[in-house]
Amino acid sequence: MSTAAPVRAHRRRRRDRWMPARLAAAVVVSLVTLFPLYWMVVVALTSRSELLGGTLRLVPRELTLDNFRRVLDAFPVAAWVGNSVAISLTVALLSVTVSMLAGYAFAQLRFPGSTALFLLTVATVMIPLQVIMVPLFRIVTSMGLFGSYWAVILPTAASGFGAFLARQFVLAIPRELIDAARVDGAGHLRIFRSIVLPLSRPLLAVLFFMTLLSSWNDLAWPLVALQDNALYTLPIGLLYLQGQLGSDYGGTMAFAIITVAPMVALFLVAQRYFVEGFARTGIR
Amino acid sequence: MSTVPAATAATAPPGVRAPDPPRRGRRGPRRGAVKEALAAYGFLAPGLVLLGTFVFVPLAGAAALSLQRTNGFGDGVWVGLDNYARLFTDPVFWRATLNTVLFTLVVTPGSMALGLGAAVLLNSVLPARGLFRSVLILPMAVSGVATALVGVLVFDQNSGFANAVLRALGLPGVDWQSGGTAAFVTVVLVTLWWRTGFNMLIYLAGLQGIGRETLEAATLDGAGPWQRFRYVVVPMLGPSSFFLVVMNVIYSFQVFDIVFVLTGGGPRNATTVLVTYAYDNGFVTRDQGYAATIGVFLLVVSLAFTWLRWRTSRTKDLVG
Repeated sequence: MSTAAPVRAHRRRRRDRWMPARLAAAVVVSLVTLFPLYWMVVVALTSRSELLGGTLRLVPRELTLDNFRRVLDAFPVAAWVGNSVAISLTVALLSVTVSMLAGYAFAQLRFPGSTALFLLTVATVMIPLQVIMVPLFRIVTSMGLFGSYWAVILPTAASGFGAFLARQFVLAIPRELIDAARVDGAGHLRIFRSIVLPLSRPLLAVLFFMTLLSSWNDLAWPLVALQDNALYTLPIGLLYLQGQLGSDYGGTMAFAIITVAPMVALFLVAQRYFVEGFARTGIR
Repeated sequence: MSTVPAATAATAPPGVRAPDPPRRGRRGPRRGAVKEALAAYGFLAPGLVLLGTFVFVPLAGAAALSLQRTNGFGDGVWVGLDNYARLFTDPVFWRATLNTVLFTLVVTPGSMALGLGAAVLLNSVLPARGLFRSVLILPMAVSGVATALVGVLVFDQNSGFANAVLRALGLPGVDWQSGGTAAFVTVVLVTLWWRTGFNMLIYLAGLQGIGRETLEAATLDGAGPWQRFRYVVVPMLGPSSFFLVVMNVIYSFQVFDIVFVLTGGGPRNATTVLVTYAYDNGFVTRDQGYAATIGVFLLVVSLAFTWLRWRTSRTKDLVG
């Protein structure tokens, strides 16, 4: 104690000397990170004529919502938002459920083939979509899913990574709790519902949020599976709209903001839980 | 409670350590064993059915397709290993392979170094630390398409912001679209912007696992800031680094969104990577057998890398 105190005081003094430098570094890094997003907003709020005039300024003189109006008038934005909400929420819910069920089995149950099945499940992380895209397209078509949300939802609902995380987390649940419940005659489903799920809340939040985010932002598979304009999710809509608008950067950026804003807002609100959960799920 | 998964996640790369089912001190068949196995298959059924139907069956399909010459969506003709032979003489394939490797070799260490630097910075005493953290992980919330479109805007070689800044500084503008190297640089820069936050997040979690006492003990032993970083912090972050190497390499091998939207693989295939080349073959030129061949090649390389990485790390764990 008596030696630690001076050391700490000493350290604190040294830290203070460097603090302005660290603060400056943090500000610079933050500005670099924010700039592309700021630029997106500036371009979206700048009138078309000013954009064409090439007199864009770092701080625009005049702001307008014309780009947003034009995009909202010309494209089925509301339908695309609805598609994205429906698809990403369903995928997230399904994926969390499937991952937790698998995680419980891999972590707490003994059965023949557990190692092989676990390795197979996790190895799917390494399979790029583009490898299986063509046969997958044929399967989805032959199942009659083509032209519905399910064409996107079902192929993306199971995640090897999610099952891996769930297993890691469920492994850490004290065995005594589970054994005690079993002695009391609880079945596996009961144990899963009343012990594993409640204790896994931080993980559930992380899994749900991660899946929601990646489904909302997904490009490659929806690009193949959704060929009907009315079914587009927001990223596909954005790509389509950019193709239609060409060099109308103002309109493209206005719509880009619409596609990005919900997740950015959610991120800002929920990130504390997300980051905490991340640390507690053992990804480090 | 959280130390157990941390340790396991740390040493086990995805898919390599066999799950060791909890032992209950009994050997041989148990009375509840059959029931337990049935319950396990029940719990696994939804995931296995989905992965089986939408990953493994198509994967087998892709392997079969890679042995066929195809035309559109009709039935293919079996041609043995012709598609694989074609890989060797296809300059675009080699270019795509080179680009994929190059991209991986730049983005993996690049985003990890930036992420580590940011994590150390934002783990130190700093006013408004929480705000800075929020800002740095914000790109994670932005879709690849939107990210790439902002990249298109910033790096437009005629009207983009990047060249405006260069010209204002009296420098010549860069041919971000027509120059191959410059286009590749834009893909890397945009990716680093997008991916650094994730790396920082993982490193931050790792840093928070290093106790203050450990660092103070090192200070008492006379370690300076650099020595503390190099000989205490970096080794203790080993598990985080391992996880990130695997994640970043898997990501880099599969990079699609940014390339597809930002450059479309151009100019003249300077930014074509294996997955965009496979996509082009599968859905643009409709040469699906060949697309599958490229995919199988990529998958084999990914598996080989993971196996190697696991081997080397397991040896390290045993030694250390």
